[in-house]
Amino acid sequence: MQLESMYQEIILEHYRRPLHAGLREPFDAEVQHINPTCGDEVTLRVTLKDAGGEPAIADVSYEALGCSISQASTSVMADSIIGRTVTEAMAVGEEFLRLMQSRGETEPDEEVLGDAVAFEGVSRYPARIKCALLGWMAWKDATARALAERTADEANTGERA
Amino acid sequence: MSSTDVRGSAAEKALDVERVRKDFPILDRTVRGGRPLIYLDSANTSQKPRQVIYTLDDFYSQHNANIHRATHELGEEATEAYEGARITVARFIGAADETEVVFTKNVSEAINLVAYSIGNATAGAGGSAAERLRLAAGDEILITELEHHSNIVPWQLLCERTGATLRWLGVTPDGRLDLSGLDELINPRTRLVALAHQSNVLGTINPVADVAARAHAVGALVLVDAAQSAPHGLVDVTALGADFVGFTSHKMCGPTGIGVLWARRDLLERMPPFLGGGEMIETVWMERATFAPPPHRFEAGTMPIAQAVGLGAAVDYLTEAGLAAVRAHEQDLLRHALSALGEIEGLRILGPTEAVDRGGAISFVLAGIHPHDVSQVLDDRGVAVRAGHHCAWPLHRALGVQASTRASVYLYNTHDEIAALTDGIRQAQKFFGTA
Repeated sequence: MQLESMYQEIILEHYRRPLHAGLREPFDAEVQHINPTCGDEVTLRVTLKDAGGEPAIADVSYEALGCSISQASTSVMADSIIGRTVTEAMAVGEEFLRLMQSRGETEPDEEVLGDAVAFEGVSRYPARIKCALLGWMAWKDATARALAERTADEANTGERA
Repeated sequence: MSSTDVRGSAAEKALDVERVRKDFPILDRTVRGGRPLIYLDSANTSQKPRQVIYTLDDFYSQHNANIHRATHELGEEATEAYEGARITVARFIGAADETEVVFTKNVSEAINLVAYSIGNATAGAGGSAAERLRLAAGDEILITELEHHSNIVPWQLLCERTGATLRWLGVTPDGRLDLSGLDELINPRTRLVALAHQSNVLGTINPVADVAARAHAVGALVLVDAAQSAPHGLVDVTALGADFVGFTSHKMCGPTGIGVLWARRDLLERMPPFLGGGEMIETVWMERATFAPPPHRFEAGTMPIAQAVGLGAAVDYLTEAGLAAVRAHEQDLLRHALSALGEIEGLRILGPTEAVDRGGAISFVLAGIHPHDVSQVLDDRGVAVRAGHHCAWPLHRALGVQASTRASVYLYNTHDEIAALTDGIRQAQKFFGTA
């Protein structure tokens, strides 16, 4: 049976008990992403903070409706990037995207990915890659919006000063 | 349902499924590391018999040329094969004659052809002949909540272009059309009623002839999406009482890339073209053009010629197999599947749970397991089904579910395959710890 290569225990665990789930206040940006092939959806909020002059992820909160892969991936994503600087978190996101596009052909960087390496098996099933990426794409979008707002706020403050 | 006795006599003998299976080479292959393929996704696309595959091969190997343009021998053969397929299709659906059969790319294009032609008429095309088709603000187009997106979105777009209003019939909790509001919903403002013959999600066969009679009483036109019913030989255009019927080749053992719009001859004659281009014209000047009579008015550019010929071969194949026998076999599998699935705890069948006015597509949800995960476990066992909203998002919303898993049967499926489906579902419940 090849099922276990996709549904690794760690994925099932995150699916049964998702981390950081639920929508929390305050937040800097909220997005809703949908997978049009199945109707799975995630509403996701990002809160930024300042970490030594660099923007960092203070919180990621979400409400997700979907399959085990999309739910678990969103949980792993939130857990692996909360507390990191935006630059570090984006690097994790890039590595995860690379893993998903690898069709199981490349060696994933466990150092960077942490629990997210468990999704290596998913990359062998092209129809499910979108499921695994749903939460990550929503996070990336929300973070970009939060950063853009920050920049706009800073510009406004600058004008006033 | 009067339409269930058409296209094939009840006197035909029972279907020899083992013999049928030998006609479909793909059923011999294995998937996911050596498991036999159990294909329960024919409502999505059907598999192809070697007779159809051979026809494509033979066309390209022996007769390939463009049609209606070439004066050489190959051109004659190709034209004859293409127009021959049109005659075959016309007979299959009981059309008055083959000029009522327009080849399209698929059902979506067939429906868009009608919608754009009406839109073009509304914008002034087609002169006084097209008067009957013109829409005005306040006119209504009626669809239903159980439609495939391809019978929803083209009408939304047409309403946007013309100022007409889109209305719809709802569904009952058991997956039938809710006809309680029909008297109000079909009214003198109604200009067109578009509905599915058979739901691609629920399997429900709609009372098309009744709805069409009501629509005609107020002067509205009726379009029927027969994508799911044509593969089972259920389409008799006269019995349906429709003005337009669309269906597609790839769901009925034929190639992809070719579909059909049937319409009443007098309507086709009134309709301005949808796509402009080669072969759809009568004369062309630099500033204007006049158009060929139907059906060629609606077949711009080089058509999918080999595919049309392949569709003809698919119709011949189904007719040869015996449509009454095909339907009897499918109904038998359907009854088996409905009863076997009904015994699984936590499984909810969407749509009618009895094999009455119902085709062989069964969608279901399993408590605590997402359809993607159900289909993944089934796929691991070689069982191919579809998971998602099956291009019927509003219907899923109406039934209060996000997505579903759909198994669908066709002439080549067996009772053992239904058993493999239910075993796989139980395995999924074990795997995800819900049973």
